[in-house]
Amino acid sequence: MKLLEPGTIVDGFTLDDCMHAGGMAHIYRVHYADGQADPGFAMAMKVPRMAAGDGAENIVSFEIECQILQVLQGRHVPRFVAAGDLARLPYLVMEYVRGRTLEQQMALDPTPDVEHIARLGTAMARAVHALHLQNTVHLDLKPANVLFRDDSSAVLLDFGLSCHAHYPDLLAEQLRKAVGSPAWMAPEQVVGVRGDPRSDIFAIGVMLYQLCTGKLPFGSPHTAGGLRQRLWVDPVPPRKLKALLPEWLQEVVMRCLEPEATRRYPSAAHLAFDLSHHTQVTITSRGRNTRGTGFGTHFMRWLKAAGMQYKPSPLPAQQVEEVPIIMVAVPHQDVSDATLYALRLAVGRSLGTRPGARLACLTVISPSLTSSTDETKSETTVHRHHLNRLRHWAQPLDHPGHQTSYHVLESGDVAQALLDYARGNGVSVIVMGAATHGLKTQRFVATVPIKVAMDAPCTVILVKQTLPFELLDSPDADTYATRYSDSDLDATTLYGDDLRHLG
Amino acid sequence: MRLALLSDIHANMQALDACIAHARTQRAERFVFLGDLVGYGADPGPVVDRIMQLSDEGAMAIQGNHDAMAVKPPLEVRTVGDSTAAWTHRHLMPGQREWLSRLPLTLQDDKTLYVHASANEPQAWHYVYDPRAAQASMDGAAAWPGVRYVFGGHVHFQTLYYQGAGNALMPFTPQPGVAIPVPPHRHWLATIGSVGQPRDGNTDAMYCLFDTERAQLTFHRVSYDHLAAAAAIRKAGLQEFFANRLERGR
Repeated sequence: MKLLEPGTIVDGFTLDDCMHAGGMAHIYRVHYADGQADPGFAMAMKVPRMAAGDGAENIVSFEIECQILQVLQGRHVPRFVAAGDLARLPYLVMEYVRGRTLEQQMALDPTPDVEHIARLGTAMARAVHALHLQNTVHLDLKPANVLFRDDSSAVLLDFGLSCHAHYPDLLAEQLRKAVGSPAWMAPEQVVGVRGDPRSDIFAIGVMLYQLCTGKLPFGSPHTAGGLRQRLWVDPVPPRKLKALLPEWLQEVVMRCLEPEATRRYPSAAHLAFDLSHHTQVTITSRGRNTRGTGFGTHFMRWLKAAGMQYKPSPLPAQQVEEVPIIMVAVPHQDVSDATLYALRLAVGRSLGTRPGARLACLTVISPSLTSSTDETKSETTVHRHHLNRLRHWAQPLDHPGHQTSYHVLESGDVAQALLDYARGNGVSVIVMGAATHGLKTQRFVATVPIKVAMDAPCTVILVKQTLPFELLDSPDADTYATRYSDSDLDATTLYGDDLRHLG
Repeated sequence: MRLALLSDIHANMQALDACIAHARTQRAERFVFLGDLVGYGADPGPVVDRIMQLSDEGAMAIQGNHDAMAVKPPLEVRTVGDSTAAWTHRHLMPGQREWLSRLPLTLQDDKTLYVHASANEPQAWHYVYDPRAAQASMDGAAAWPGVRYVFGGHVHFQTLYYQGAGNALMPFTPQPGVAIPVPPHRHWLATIGSVGQPRDGNTDAMYCLFDTERAQLTFHRVSYDHLAAAAAIRKAGLQEFFANRLERGR
C-alpha cells in the first residue's frame, strides 16, 4: 500500500504523520476519528506494504503479528488496540510506546560503559523472560526491535517472525528454511528450528557483543554457508577486541552465544540475574579467554553440527519454568540449628527435582547493624560476615549442576525486601521458614512469612522446622512454643528467630 | 454462528451428555455430528435417540463406518470393531437403523465440508493420520466448490493441519480451550477427536467449537463419568476390553 496522507480515516482511526516507512510496513500515529479520547496511551497504526511484487512472507508475518499481539500481556510489549480484516483492509493499531530503540541508542553511544551495558542487558532479558512465560518466542530480536522507555525498562517490538506455542506456526515448513535477521539469528534457527526460547538468548548475546565491542560477532552473512558457520564457530572473545572489559561480562556474553542451546543460559531470567549481580558470576575459561577458540574445538563442533537436525520444542513457558530461580531466605538472628537444617532440607528437595535451577541465598539485615563510624560494623565487614554465613549454610547443598549465589539485603522491612527481590529477579519459588509461632498468631498479626506468602509473585514454600533436638521428647514442647508466640512482634526478630527461647 | 462439532461418540451416553452440556455453556448454537455415533459403547439406542432429537431441532449429522456397520453388520468378524456391530444392530430399533442408514457421507455448509474420514473417497474410510493423508483429503475436498475447512473424526486425535510457509501441510497439536484463529484466506483441515472413545491416554471426551464469524476453532477436553460408561459396558455383557479402554483412555 502506498503512503497515506495525514487526515485519512481508516476504519474509525484518523491518521496523523507517518513515523516510519520501512521495507515491510508504514507506521502512522493515529487517533480515534469520532473524537473519542485515546485509551490512556498514544496509538500507532501499522499498515503492511503490499504493492504488486511484495513477498508473500510479508503478509504472513503481518498475520502472525496480529495474532500474537492480541494475546500478549504486560508492559514489555505494546498494547493491542485493533486489527483490520486481513483480506479487506490489513492494519494493526497498537500502543505507541515512547522511548528509544537500541538501534538509536547505539547510534548515539556505540560503546557504552560496562554498567550501562549490564543495565540494558538486564532490561532486555527481563522483557524476553516475560514473553517466554507467555509461551511466545520472539525469534527476531535485534537493536531495531528493542525499545527502552525512559524508566529504562525494555519493550519488544515486531512479532512478525515470532512463534506462539498455542497457535499453528504459519512460518513453519518441512524443509525448514532459516527465517530471521542473519546477524542476530541463533544457530538452531539457521537449520529451521523455531520455538526454542534460548534462540532469543542468543540474539541478546549478539546485541551485548555489539554493545561491548561495537562489532557484530558473526558479521552479517548473506549466504546459507555463511549463516551456518555459527553452528560451530565461536566469535572473537570481546576482551581480545577491548582489553578493558571485565571477565564476568565476557563470560555472560559468550555463554549467550554458545552454539549449542543447552550450553547457553537456560532461561532469560538466569541471564538477567547474572547481569544484575555480576559479582556472583562464575568465571570460566569462557570469560578469561582472550585468544579465541582453537581449530580442534571448532572442527569437533563442525562434525557435530553436520548431524544437527530439527527437534520439536516443548512449550516455552514449560521449558523456562523447568529451570527456575529458587530463592531461600536464611534467617540470621539467634536461629536454631534445627531451623537452618529444615530449611536446607527443603531447598535440597526443591533443587533435586529441578536440574538446571539456580539458587539465590538471601539474608535481610537491619540497617542499624551497620555503622559508618565503627570499623567493626562497617558495611563491608558486616556484609562479608553474613555472606560467609550464607556460604557456610549452603555448602552441603553444593551441586555442580546448580549455580548458587549469596546476597545480603539491608532493610527495615524484611517481607518487603524479600518480595522486591523476588519480583525484580524473576524468582519462581521462595523457600522460607514458616516461623512456627507465626502460624499461630497469623490471625492477629501478619508475620513476615504470611506477608510474603500473600503478596509473592510466585510459589512460596513455608518450611516448618523440626523442634530443637533436645526438646523433641519433652511433652510440653508445643505449649511452650505457643506461650512465647506473642511475646515479640518485631518483624526482623519474628522472622529471624522462630524458636530462640527454646534453642 | 457457533457450531459444536462432535464425532466418534461410540454409544457413550455419559460422554455425549457431558459434551453437549459443555457446548451449551460455551453458547453453541448448532450441533454437528461427524459420524460413528454407535459401536463399542453400551448405549447405542439412547445415543441415537438423543441425536435424532437434536437433528429435529436443527443439528446436522453424517454417517461413519461404525454407523454403516451397525445398519448392516459384517457376516465375518475380523476386527474388534466388527465384533460390536452385530450387538449394536440388535440393540437398535428399526426406526433408528433406518435413520442411520439415511445419513449422508459428506455435508457441505458454506465454506465447510464435513466428512467422517477423508474427503478423498469418503466411502473408503481412509484414516487421516498424517500430513500426507490430510493433503489427500484436502485435495479430495476441492470437488466441493468454495470449501476452506474440512472437519472430520475417525482418527481419535485432535490435530489441526494447515499450510505453513512451504507446500506441504503442517500438523499442529492444539492446546485444549485455546481459541485458534483459522482465517478463511487459508485452507484448514481438522480431526476433531472422539467424544466417546479417547485414545491418547487422557480419559476426557473431546470435541470442537467452531465460531464461523470470528473464524476461530477451539478444541475442548471435557471430563465425564467414564467409570459409569465403563460399568455400563460390563453390565451389557460386551467385551471387558472396551470397558478397560475407557478407564485408561487408550
